[in-house]
Amino acid sequence: MQPELLRFTTAGSVDDGKSTLIGRLLHDCNAVYEDQLESVRSQSAGGFDFAFITDGLKAEREQCITIDVAYRYFSTPRRRFIITDTPGHEQYTRNMATGASNAELAVLLLDARKGVLPQTRRHAYILWLLGLKRMVVTVNKMDLVGFRQEVFEAIQHDFRLFANKFDGCTIDFIPISALEGDNIVRRSSRMSWAESPSLLEYLETVPTDTCSGDLPFRFPVQYVIHSAGDNYRAYAGQIAAGSVRPGEEVIALVSGCRAVVKSIATFDGNLATAFAPMSIAICLDRNVDISRGEMLVHPADLPTITRVFRASLFWMSDTQLKVGQPYLLKHTTQQLWVEVTAVVSKLDLTTLEERPGGGLSLNDIGTVTLEAYKPIFCDEYARNRATGSFILIDSMTNLTIAAGMIRSASDELNRAVSQNDNVKSGLTIWFTGLSSAGKTTLSKAVYERLWARGKRVELLDGDEVRRHLSKDLGFSRQDRDENILRIAFVADLLTRNGVIVLVSAISPYRAAREEARRRIGNFIEVFVNAPLAVCEQRDRKGLYKKARAGEIKGFTGIDDPYEPPPSPEVQCDTDRETEAESVAKIIRYLDPFTG
Amino acid sequence: MQHLSHLQALEAESIHILREAAAEFSCPVMLYSIGKDSSVMLHLARKAFYPAKPPFPLLHIDTTYKFGEMITFRNQVCAQFGLRLIVHTAHQAIAEGANPFRLGTQKCCSLLKTGALLDALSAGGFDAAIGGARREEERSRAKERVYSFRDAFGQWDPKRQRPELWSLYNGRIDKGESIRVFPLSNWTELDIWEYIEAETIPIVPLYFAKDRDVVVRGSTLILAEHDLPLLPGESPVRIMCRMRSLGCTYCTGAIRSTAATVPDIIGELRGFRRSERENRVIDHDQDGSMELKKRDGYF
Ligand SMILES: Nc1nc2c(ncn2[C@@H]2O[C@H](COP(=O)(O)OP(=O)(O)O)[C@@H](O)[C@H]2O)c(=O)[nH]1
Repeated sequence: MQPELLRFTTAGSVDDGKSTLIGRLLHDCNAVYEDQLESVRSQSAGGFDFAFITDGLKAEREQCITIDVAYRYFSTPRRRFIITDTPGHEQYTRNMATGASNAELAVLLLDARKGVLPQTRRHAYILWLLGLKRMVVTVNKMDLVGFRQEVFEAIQHDFRLFANKFDGCTIDFIPISALEGDNIVRRSSRMSWAESPSLLEYLETVPTDTCSGDLPFRFPVQYVIHSAGDNYRAYAGQIAAGSVRPGEEVIALVSGCRAVVKSIATFDGNLATAFAPMSIAICLDRNVDISRGEMLVHPADLPTITRVFRASLFWMSDTQLKVGQPYLLKHTTQQLWVEVTAVVSKLDLTTLEERPGGGLSLNDIGTVTLEAYKPIFCDEYARNRATGSFILIDSMTNLTIAAGMIRSASDELNRAVSQNDNVKSGLTIWFTGLSSAGKTTLSKAVYERLWARGKRVELLDGDEVRRHLSKDLGFSRQDRDENILRIAFVADLLTRNGVIVLVSAISPYRAAREEARRRIGNFIEVFVNAPLAVCEQRDRKGLYKKARAGEIKGFTGIDDPYEPPPSPEVQCDTDRETEAESVAKIIRYLDPFTG
Repeated sequence: MQHLSHLQALEAESIHILREAAAEFSCPVMLYSIGKDSSVMLHLARKAFYPAKPPFPLLHIDTTYKFGEMITFRNQVCAQFGLRLIVHTAHQAIAEGANPFRLGTQKCCSLLKTGALLDALSAGGFDAAIGGARREEERSRAKERVYSFRDAFGQWDPKRQRPELWSLYNGRIDKGESIRVFPLSNWTELDIWEYIEAETIPIVPLYFAKDRDVVVRGSTLILAEHDLPLLPGESPVRIMCRMRSLGCTYCTGAIRSTAATVPDIIGELRGFRRSERENRVIDHDQDGSMELKKRDGYF
C-alpha cells in the first residue's frame, strides 16, 4: 500500500522547545543528512543542538529568530509528513494562519514547568478558528519536572477546561522530552504511566481528513483546455469537494448552464469516478460557454450564491483595513472586487473575547461583513475549507493583506442585507433642474470623483435614456411621468445591487420625483438651480431657441412648468457657485453614505 | 471513502499550480534544466494540459559546460513531445573568458546562470518562470513560496514575499516584475524518484551508475569531460559511479554507486545519509551561498 500524506502545523511559545522537537523528529526519522548534521555540529556551541537542524535563512540565523513559516519533510514507511513550522512570537497570527491553512492537525507545544500560558491559549484559540479539527498538545521538558504524572495531568486538566468550547475539535495530550527523546519516536520507559502513544506513533496513525470527498461536489473551473483540430474542449480544475462520475448532470455557476458529464479525461485515460482533491478535466455532452472562475456543481446540491457574507478576517498588512475600500478578493479560481462593509467585532487576544466594532491592523483578527461586486459560490469554512476560504489583495501594492474564512453565507443574510436600508447598499443621487442648469456637468464631475475612489457608480443621463430606454416616449405629462418611472426602475435595481447611481434628468414634476424616492429608498435629491434667464442664455443644446421659435412644444420653463423641490438634500445654485464649489458641496453631503 | 496516495496528492497539487500559472500569467515560461526535477515537472505539465501541449515554451540556460548527454537528451525530449525550446547562453561572458577556473564557481555561476537567466527572461518578456526547485532540497528553500515574487531586477527579497494560504496564490504584479512558480515545492528527492518509477519518466542516463572516467579530487568525483584541466598529479580513472544531481560538468561531482536502475536508486536513497546537493561544488563555496544566489535572482 502506498503511504498517505499528512500535513501538520506546529505552534508553541518561544523556548518551549519547538525547534528541538522538530529537529529531533527529523533526526530520528533519518530526514537529516550526514553533511547537514556536520554543519549543525560545527555550529552548536558544544554538544549537539537539535534546534539548529531547522534553522532557516542566514539573516534570521544572525538575529537568532525565525520570522516566517518553514516547510519540513520527513517520512516513515506508513506516512509522508509535511510540517508547516510557524514561529511562536512575532507575527504569529499571520504565520499561524499560513501554517494552519493546509494542515489537518496541529502539534501544540508547551513547557511542563510553565503550564498553560496566555500565549498557549491564544495559539490554541487561533488554530481552532482556523478550522483545525484535531490538535495534539505535547507537554515538553518533562525531564525538568521529574517525569511526574501529576504535573502532566494538571496541565491536561487546565487545558481541557479552557478548550471545552472548541466544538468539533479533538484534543489529545502527550508528555514528552524533546531534548532527551522521551515519547518522541518510542514510548518512554521513564513515563510508563502515560497512556498515550509516542508522538510519532500518534502522527502515523491519527485519522487523516476524510470528509472532503463526502461533501457535495464543487469544481471550480481553473482552465479551459482546447485541442486544435478535433473541436475538443475540457474544463480543467482540482476538485474542491465531493466526487463526480460520467453521466451525472452538472450545472455551471453563475451562468446556470446545465450539461451532462461526458467523460473525466486525464493523461492516464478516462476515469470512472474522481474525487477531491484530484486534478482532472471534465468534458461535457454539449457545447456550453464556461470559463475560469465558474464552478461546476450538482444541481441538487448547490453552494450558497451570494454577494454578501460574513467572515473571520486575519489582517496581515501594515496598512489598516479600510471599510468601504475596494479590495481584490481571490476565492477558488475567481478574482473580483469586494469591500468590507463593516467590522462586526474584533478578537481581544488577552481575553479571547470578541468585542464589537473597532478597526483591524496587522495581526488583528476580526469578524466582518463583506460585499462583493459579483456573486461568489461558497460554503461555510467549517464545512468546506476550499470553497469557504479567500484572500484579500490590495490592488495598489499587489500584496496579500488578509486571509478570510466565510462564517455565514446564507441566502437569508443576502436578502436581509439588500432589504435593510441601514446596511450600506447602493444609493441614487437624483439631479433635477432646468435644461442647461448644469445637471450633466455636475453629475459627470461627481461620477469621476466617486469613480476615482473606487466606487461602483453609474450615470443615467436623461438625454441618453430618451435615446434608448424611452425612445418611444414623447413629452406629454403622461410620457414624462413614464420616463421618470423607467429611470427610477433602473436606478432602483442598481441601487439594490450596491451601485451609486447618478441620475441626471430635468424631472420637472414633484410627484414623479417623490414616487422615485419612495421606490428607491436610498435617495438623495440634488436641486441644480439657476434662474431661467441664465439657463436660456447658456442654452447648451440650443433647445430654448427652438422652443421660443415654437419648434419644440411643451418645453420645461417655457411652455411647461418646472416644480422645484421644496426640500432637496443638496441645492447647487450654479449661477452663483463655481462648478468646484457645487461638486464639493455634493461630495461633502455624500461622505457619510459613501465612506 | 477513497484516499489519494502521497504521490497522487503531490501530483494533484502540482497540476493545480501549473494550471494556475498558465491561467493567470500572460507570458509564462518553464525553466527546463534537463535534470530529474525538470523531467518530473515537464511530465506534470504534459498531464496538466492533456491532450493539448503545455501552453508555454521551455527555457534552457546553457552554460556550454553541460554534459553532452544532457544536451542530447534535451533535444530528444523536445522533439518527441513537440515542445518549443528556447536555449539561452551568455555568449558575451563566455567569449570574455568566463569559466569556473578563472572566476571561481560563485562568480562563474552568477555570470553564466543567474545573469543569463535574467537576460533571457526579460528578452522573452516572461512574467512568470516555472521552476523545479523543491523546499526540501536546501535549507534556505524551506521558507520559499510556491509563488515567489521578484522585483523588476529579478531580485528576491524575503520581506516582500506574500503570505500564502490554502491554495490561493497571489500572482498580481506590476509591469517588469515577475513571479517564480514552483510546482514541486512539496516534493522530496525520494518522491521524485518514486514518481519517476511509477510514471516511467525518461531521465538523462547520467543518473544511472556505470563505469566512467573521472578525476578524484578530494572527496569529489569529477567526470573527465570538456577537457577538464587536470591538477598536478591527477589522472582520470575508471570508477563505477553516477550523478545525483546535474549541473555543469566541473561543478557537479559524481558519487560512487552501483545503482543502475530507478529501483536501485530508490533503494540507495532510502539508505542515504547525505544530502543531494552535497556534490554540488557551488553550494559550499560560502556559508548560505544558495541564499545569496537566490537574492540575486538565481532560482
Ligand atoms: N530540559 C529540556 N530542555 C529542553 C527540552 N526541549 C527543549 N529544551 C531547551 O529549551 C530551549 C529552547 O528550545 P528551542 O527548541 O530553541 O525552543 P523554540 O523557541 O520553541 O524553538 C533550548 O535550550 C533547548 O535545549 C526538553 O525536553 N527538556
